[in-house]
Amino acid sequence: MSVEIQTPSGEVKTTHPAADLPPAVEEADSTLPFLQWPAVGSLFLWMIVPLGMTIYFSFIRYNLMNPELTGFAKADNFKYLWEDPAFFPAILNTVILLGSVLVITVVVGVLLAVLYDHRFFGRNVATLLVIAPFFVMPTVSALVWKNMILHPVYGLIALALHSVGLPAIDWFGDHPMFSVILIVSWEWMPFAFLILFTSIKSLDLEQQEAASIDGATGMQMFFRITLPHLSRAIGVVVMIETIFLLSIFAEIYTTTSGGPGTATTNLAYLVYSLGLQQFDIGIASAGGLLAVILANVVAFFLVRLLSNNLKAAR
Amino acid sequence: MDNRSVKIKNLVKTYVDDRGRPTFTAVKDINLEINDGEFMVLVGPSGCGKSTTLRMVAGLEKITSGTIEIGDKVVNQVKPKDRGIAMVFQNYALYPHMTIYNNMAFGLKLAKKDKGFIQNSVSRAAKALGLEKMLDRKPQALSGGQRQRVALGRAIVREPKVFLFDEPLSNLDAKMRVQMRAEISRLHEQLDATMIYVTHDQIEAMTMGDRICVMRDGLIMQTADPLTLYRQPANVFVASFIGSPPMNLLRGTVQRGDGGLVFNEGAGPNSVKIPLRGEIATRAERYVDKPVYFGIRPEHLSNEAMDQMHVPLNSTVDIAEPMGSESLVYLQAGNGNMIARISGEHIFRHGDTANVYLNLSKAHLFDAETEEVIR
Ligand SMILES: Nc1ncnc2c1ncn2[C@@H]1O[C@H](COP(=O)(O)OP(=O)(O)OP(=O)(O)O)[C@@H](O)[C@H]1O
Ligand SMILES: [Mg+2]
Repeated sequence: MSVEIQTPSGEVKTTHPAADLPPAVEEADSTLPFLQWPAVGSLFLWMIVPLGMTIYFSFIRYNLMNPELTGFAKADNFKYLWEDPAFFPAILNTVILLGSVLVITVVVGVLLAVLYDHRFFGRNVATLLVIAPFFVMPTVSALVWKNMILHPVYGLIALALHSVGLPAIDWFGDHPMFSVILIVSWEWMPFAFLILFTSIKSLDLEQQEAASIDGATGMQMFFRITLPHLSRAIGVVVMIETIFLLSIFAEIYTTTSGGPGTATTNLAYLVYSLGLQQFDIGIASAGGLLAVILANVVAFFLVRLLSNNLKAAR
Repeated sequence: MDNRSVKIKNLVKTYVDDRGRPTFTAVKDINLEINDGEFMVLVGPSGCGKSTTLRMVAGLEKITSGTIEIGDKVVNQVKPKDRGIAMVFQNYALYPHMTIYNNMAFGLKLAKKDKGFIQNSVSRAAKALGLEKMLDRKPQALSGGQRQRVALGRAIVREPKVFLFDEPLSNLDAKMRVQMRAEISRLHEQLDATMIYVTHDQIEAMTMGDRICVMRDGLIMQTADPLTLYRQPANVFVASFIGSPPMNLLRGTVQRGDGGLVFNEGAGPNSVKIPLRGEIATRAERYVDKPVYFGIRPEHLSNEAMDQMHVPLNSTVDIAEPMGSESLVYLQAGNGNMIARISGEHIFRHGDTANVYLNLSKAHLFDAETEEVIR
């Protein structure tokens, strides 16, 4: 069954009673585009100008060391980027960093959320401590980790190792990627914890009680009830963290400067080093464009995954 | 056949806070025996400890002191899943990420029953509840009534000794509630299982219960079958709680007059005076010059004196609610109001003198101090 509505502008619209579109939206149809225009337009400019410039630069010869050399470069910038010995390590490092930090923050975040869901003495203070790293600027936390915790001479870990008679470890020299992952995970774990903790708080108590009457043990309760309940929140954490983790820069810049060699050079750092250390804006723009495409591909899949998830839950 | 009775002995529940300090005693030393196959209803106003009691039977709440026996076995330390109980919650408590089938099968799967057996029990329960077509759906795709039926199915599949219900119908609309009420009663007939049913709806209590346990402030006020509760309330609370509209209660004293004992509402020129006759007069003997409540149900006020036991009441009509075959008449009598349920088609006008009679053989007297009935 459907109903036909004559709108003021004269066109005939067919609405289905089942589709719950509020009529107010339909009435406003004719004026709405004009009102939206400024907002949409400025957002469009906001996005399109930098993107357009990046695309433009990526196709011309543009080296700050050699300004006279200009002109259309065809796909040369992309070719040089591809041939750059740091390119594949950078992609790999980006993926390793992203994957490890996601796994660590989500796993630790879930475990902490489950723990903090129980009452224990001093829980409020402890919650504050868990969240605190999130409020520290990336540069500052990287410096703290570099100079106070991981440093082979002054660091707390070196102190601890010495006290049990073990030699100190040069973390950034011998395990550079591991160290960066550690720092970034430390920064992002509070975010995961916060989202997962609020989500676990919304788990229906009656559901847990029903499961315990059904005979679920602690482990079964976690895997069959709690984890499925958290799945949507985990999706949100993964999506948001991915967007930020693809562009991790400050932590690498302050600790390892992408080294030793290319051991901790990710895509963001590579773009920086091409543009502002080798002064080749053209190749750097090509790298930037690649990063944009990569982020969009990842975001596309994540958004689809998440919206499917939401649809299924409804 | 094993014994499926439930015995609650000297049960106390004191809630404690994070640091173990007692905060509130919700259940105060109650004793209750529920027989094998009986449908017991726990009823009472909000906060009286019904849910707390039920949850202790289920094992979801720790017992402070006292014992609970299910089938002659003390279960204080037994885990919920091993008590032989199943519970139906007010908010259904279905697992939202599982299909209806898996919701019902969850307990059996955890108990590692074999697949054929699970399939059999679930489809049998689904058939009995008319859920066969929905087994693949998720709970979100069901109506409230259907969800509660799934919750019932999940309970049935466990084949428990005792079913526990905590206000299972209070989230449903009026029509659905009537239907589900009948369905649960039918289920009780079919399964012949012991059921404990918590509600604050007295219609549910009266229509479903083999026996009803009326609670207040963590204490049991009376436990009896519905008709006894209606006819012989043990105290003022039960008298006013059961019945709708509630029993009329007048506070006054018993006095010895010229023609025998009289209930006198006391002060005021037009206070109600009711001559006491027959059995109620005998009961009143011990309370001469003592404060009592006189109680009579609205349906025991009538507009004609049928026998000796009907005594007239001086009153005027305040408001009348005609409902066709009968009318609820709010009367101005003495210092207060009374409600009468008058059968037949009559017209009452505000301010008219009402011709009503109290049926003394259906009246009650309560001790005003202890609030217990005078027998
Ligand atoms: N965890 C708790 N800590 C402290 N007091 C509690 C706790 N749970 C319940 N109570 C108190 O115990 C009393 C009884 O609660 P209960 O849930 O058994 O009431 P009820 O009879 O089921 O009421 P309702 O009809 O509203 O469900 C209430 O006064 C309540 O405030
Ligand atoms: Mg309750």
